[in-house]
Amino acid sequence: MTDTAEATGPILSIRDLEVSAPDGTVIVDGVSLDLAKGEILGLIGESGAGKSTIGLAGMGYGRGGCAITGGTVDLLGTDLVQSTRRTRERLRAVRIAYVAQSAAAAFNPALTLGEQIVEAPLMHGVMSRAEARAWMQHLFTKLQLPDPESFGSRYPHQVSGGQLQRAMVAMAMACKPDILVLDEPTTALDVTTQIEVLALLRALIRSEGTAALYITHDLAVIAQIADRLMVLQHGREVETGPTVQILEAPVQDYTRKLVSERHKSLMSAGVDHAASDMLLRMDGITAGYGAEPVLHDVSLTLRRGETLAVVGESGSGKSTLARVLAGLLPQRAGTVEFNGTALPDDYRRRSKDELRRIQLIYQLPDVALNPNQTVAEAIGRPMTRFFGTRGAERRREVERMLDLIDLAPELANRLPGALSGGQKQRVCIARALVAKPDLLICDEVTSALDPLVAEGILRILRELQDRLGVTYLFITHDLSVVRRLADRTMVMQFGRVVEEGPTEQVFEAPREDYTRLLAGSVPELRVGWLDEVQARRGLAHPG
Amino acid sequence: MWRLILARLAQGIVTLWLVSVLVFAGTQLLPGDVAASILGQNATPGALEAIRRELGLNEPAIWRYFDWLGGFVQGDLGMSLTNRQPVSELLWPRFGNTMALAAYAAAIGVPLATALGVLTAMLRGSVFDRVSNIGALAMVSLPEYFLGLLLILFFSVKWNLLPSLANVYPGMGFWAWIEATTLPMLVLLLVTAAQIMRMTRTAVLSVMDAPYIETAWLKGLRTGRVVLRHAAPNAVAPVINVVAFNVAYLITGVVLVEVVFNYNGLGRFMVDAVSKRDLPMVQAAAMVFGAVYVLLNMVADIGAIAANPRLRHPRETGA
Repeated sequence: MTDTAEATGPILSIRDLEVSAPDGTVIVDGVSLDLAKGEILGLIGESGAGKSTIGLAGMGYGRGGCAITGGTVDLLGTDLVQSTRRTRERLRAVRIAYVAQSAAAAFNPALTLGEQIVEAPLMHGVMSRAEARAWMQHLFTKLQLPDPESFGSRYPHQVSGGQLQRAMVAMAMACKPDILVLDEPTTALDVTTQIEVLALLRALIRSEGTAALYITHDLAVIAQIADRLMVLQHGREVETGPTVQILEAPVQDYTRKLVSERHKSLMSAGVDHAASDMLLRMDGITAGYGAEPVLHDVSLTLRRGETLAVVGESGSGKSTLARVLAGLLPQRAGTVEFNGTALPDDYRRRSKDELRRIQLIYQLPDVALNPNQTVAEAIGRPMTRFFGTRGAERRREVERMLDLIDLAPELANRLPGALSGGQKQRVCIARALVAKPDLLICDEVTSALDPLVAEGILRILRELQDRLGVTYLFITHDLSVVRRLADRTMVMQFGRVVEEGPTEQVFEAPREDYTRLLAGSVPELRVGWLDEVQARRGLAHPG
Repeated sequence: MWRLILARLAQGIVTLWLVSVLVFAGTQLLPGDVAASILGQNATPGALEAIRRELGLNEPAIWRYFDWLGGFVQGDLGMSLTNRQPVSELLWPRFGNTMALAAYAAAIGVPLATALGVLTAMLRGSVFDRVSNIGALAMVSLPEYFLGLLLILFFSVKWNLLPSLANVYPGMGFWAWIEATTLPMLVLLLVTAAQIMRMTRTAVLSVMDAPYIETAWLKGLRTGRVVLRHAAPNAVAPVINVVAFNVAYLITGVVLVEVVFNYNGLGRFMVDAVSKRDLPMVQAAAMVFGAVYVLLNMVADIGAIAANPRLRHPRETGA
């Protein structure tokens, strides 16, 4: 974007890139891109779009046996496709470095952070040990890590997720590379942590003049940092352009869908359920695993047909609340009243009917489905168990359920392994619904899914509520989902209820500081949002 | 971490106690009467009774168990029934021989096998990797007495390089001892090294798929550095276990090899004692074998605990 960049030409130039999986499937097909010095190019798209594969190809690396089968990758005048392995090794870390999504997995658990950060400069011979350590401490300071002098002596498991992700950035910057490949660097973090890491990362690469390929599925995040965006689908380029143009005047239909998905509300706002029966009343719940309880004196009520969202960051106790309600974790104190009668705390003491009336949908459909049961079995078994439906009738009912969740009837005989993530989650929803529950607990049901797929799931949940009158307890960290779906919202932090009220009110006029922080940390899909937040909070100025 | 280690130590002691119960109960079930076998042809009812009383065989089994265990804890292994000498005088020299042979095999085998395992993991799929794997499989599959006889056939009979009988005696020179024990050592090495090598290879390879290994590749590190610095430390725990298991086998599973080479170790000592129904000797040998086994497994577990960075460097917050 800068004038000097145009004068010197691209530092990374990919032409007609083709990458193939070991079985011969082409996963990236004919993608070309140029990256100028100091420029940040966002690669966006859903899973399977080939974003990470392109980023890694920029380093001459193929993950899991994937190989570059066509095109050229020109890094500062060297074609990585034709060059020797040794040449590629020499360029990595020094010229182009990688920041992974999960720093927790990407750091070696057996070595200290410092050992891993100074390793590349030492091995490539670009710095002496003293220089490498001084530079590392400088990076730690810039990334606002605690005790920059001693932070490097810690092991990966001794620091928090947000700190580890920043340490990963420091590791990538250790050799002062020209280009960073940032692969969803903030996706695994909580919203309040994400914004912090994003601001620090942006300040650092701006001050160092580092160029970046920024890979993400989150448009709102990339809008804050990228100069240009490339939209990808199924391994092909959909369109490329300056960030503002892609967000405000997209040319292609697919981009338009991607951009508009976040804006629509899914509910007729502010439905008041005060007239409905009380379905659930949890009172003074204290529960936990070890000596310290995770939940402290949590109370909530839920009326029939209502959607209550429980939001909070990791460790807030929201999933523990779901486990208590489902009877998986008996509470230590407090009562649960369901349909006007006290509910036993342990699911083993609940009657078949009580069990039927509360159903759960989990975050990871892969784990929640038995890999050896066909779709028809997964959906049909609760029918037999709860209502005694068998044979031809059960088959008809399964078909009806598949129709209800928009799945083709021929999927009935498939195993979960042959379904996509979104299809699996639909099967989980159908399995929960055949029990004809009063209450459906949705525990982060969309957070493992791509935005457009998640959108489909949310829409179906919404339709089902209108049609069947089922009540939802929606547990999530994704505030944009909450705003569009929940009648009421309850905010949790450290196992306590911070604030509770109608969704509109919680978001528009939060009473508590933490709610304000949380609501203000959700990236908004417009350029310049992060600057505004930084200005408001005085966060992470490049120094 | 120290609490875990202490807990493991306590477990080891309980296991040893259970071993003592089993050993004692087992030897009580051995067929035959010691008094009768001592006296042989001269057994008269009176003489039998006298010997039984002298040996305490008429006391209740529980009482004899605690008497035996009490002595054992203090280092008194009892008296041999057949030649009326303290068991410890007979046992410890034989135990020393067995340990020396095991140490000889372990000193060469363990470094060799782990190095080969790491090397085959580094060269996964290469000719060297395949040949090593086939060789290792063959060694594991052959019974050790057969392997021993094969080595004797070639090294002693055909090429006349090494003696077929591993005769050792007090005061023999170091090189003479090496010459005498090299063949049995080779047998032990071949059967144990194969297993250690394969386990090391598997452990290193499973770590090689971890994301932090990808990080190392993307830092442009060379293969040797990636394997030795990043993969190996994380593969240590399973390797420690298989090494301990095999070293224990070097000591306790040596019976057949000692018989084939007529080596004067604890294995042969035990076989002799069983055939003579010398109960205190059998019990003592069984207890020593059991103790070695329990001890080595305990060391392995503690080693694995100590090799885990999460346990070695706990979070300061205690969370």
